[in-house]
This record gives sequence, structure tokens and C-alpha cells, in this order.
Amino acid sequence: MIWEIIISVLLVTGGFFGLVGSYGLVKLPDPMTRLHAPTKAATLGVGATLTASLIWFPTQGGQSTWHELLILLFLFMTAPITGAFIAKAHLHLGWDADELPRPEPDLHWATFAGPENESVLDRKTPDE
Amino acid sequence: MMRRLFPHPWLSVVLVLTWMLLVNRWAVGSLLFALIIGIVVPLMTAPYWPNATGYSRPGRIPAYLAIVIWDIVKANFSVARIVLFTPRSALRPAWITVPLELRRPEAITALAGTITLTPGTVSCDLSEDAHALLVHCLHAPDPDAVLDEIKTRYEARLKEIFE
Repeated sequence: MIWEIIISVLLVTGGFFGLVGSYGLVKLPDPMTRLHAPTKAATLGVGATLTASLIWFPTQGGQSTWHELLILLFLFMTAPITGAFIAKAHLHLGWDADELPRPEPDLHWATFAGPENESVLDRKTPDE
Repeated sequence: MMRRLFPHPWLSVVLVLTWMLLVNRWAVGSLLFALIIGIVVPLMTAPYWPNATGYSRPGRIPAYLAIVIWDIVKANFSVARIVLFTPRSALRPAWITVPLELRRPEAITALAGTITLTPGTVSCDLSEDAHALLVHCLHAPDPDAVLDEIKTRYEARLKEIFE
């Protein structure tokens, strides 16, 4: 009984944060702020749902499994990487190096480092 | 000899554990295969990270993980509140530069991952010389407070663990 309550609470929490994450994608104004919604709200959303599943199997007479724990770990390890890649791609395409704070007066961020410091879209291919 | 056979002892342990959890059934055969993977994979990947050394204080990792998980839960509530109740016009997104004291790539990766997973911040880029991190804040009326929290709460602890 007590386990059922815990599992229900976790499922509702997971559903709520999943919903907030999706709503954030619609509501927030630009790609950089939109990036925050899925990397945060979705981690707890998926996390709570998987924890509920992790508790359900051993307590409700199923065969206990550890796969949820692995999914959770892999998700938490990969979420920052997808976040950084989307951010870098967005910086490449939509931002100028001058719009960002410089790390040091004479240094660039890695995305803008390079011989020309320009977006890949502006770079001319040899046969042009 | 041990060092040559196990270039990354922690990686070996993690691989054995991961394989056993994936198989999800206790059997000697699975454990044997897990051990083979735990030995062969670090040996084969060792050339790609020649400078990797162990942790100086691995005992502090659980405390760090507990803090990060607690912060992730808190972060979700604050981000949910911002998404649901802060009007677009009141939103104050900000870029902040985090100068790094950490030098090891593993430590910087751990810090960047932590920043992305916690309160309204996403780590976006690294400076050319890898001495600073570019972080985007969803809603930061006071960017210096965010910077201060990253430096004292996460970087100081990672420095203890790694260096």
C-alpha cells in the first residue's frame, strides 16, 4: 500500500515535469532559453517515471530489474552532451563572437576559434 | 605490471558493473564475460587518453553526487516555476563566463555536465585555451551570484576529488 502511494506520487511527478518541459519548449522566447526546458524538466520527468518503475517491479511481485537504473545513468550522462552540441551549433549559426562575453580580451570561445572566426555558412567553398 | 594490465581501474569496475546490470541475471558466465570486457576495453582505449590518472580523493564522490542530485531536484522546481509563472518580458537570460581553476579534461567535463543538469544553467562552450567555460542562464537577475555558486559549490569540490 505504502509502495503504491510512493509509486503513484513518482508517476504524477514525472508526468507533471514532462508536461512542463514540453510547455517550456513552446513558451520560452528563443533557442537558447528553450534549451533549458528539455535538459532540466525532462531529466526529473523521466527520472521520476523510471524510479517508479524501478520500485514497482520488486514490490509488486514482478521480477526485479536494474535496467531503469542504467537508462537513468545513461540519460544523465548524455543530456549535457546533447545540450552542449545544440548550443554550439546554435552559436555557430546564429551568433556573432562579439555578442558574447569574451573569455579573455584576446581569446575566443572554441566555437569561434579558427583562422577566420566566421560562421561555417559564410565560409566560401573552393569552387565558388 | 598491474598498471599495464589495468590502465584505468575505475573504468574496469564500471564496465563490469554495467555489464552485470545489463544482463540482469546472476550467472558465472556473465561475470566472466563482464571481466573480459572490463579488461579488454580499457586496454584498447588506453591510447586515446594517455594522460588520465586516477582520482586523488575518490571517497568524496558520493557526497558530490548527493549534492548534485539534490540540486537537480531543486533545479526542476525552480525551472518549472519560471516556465509556468514568469512572463516572457520579465525573463532575464544571461551569458556568464566561468574562469576555470580545474585543468584536467575529466574534471572540466564533470563540471560542465553538472552545470547543465542543475539550476537554470547550460554550459555551452569552452574557451580556446580551455581556461574558461561559457554558461547560459535561463533567468539570472544577478549573474555574479550564479558564478559564485558554481565556483564554491561545484568547482571547489571537483578540485578536491580530481586534483
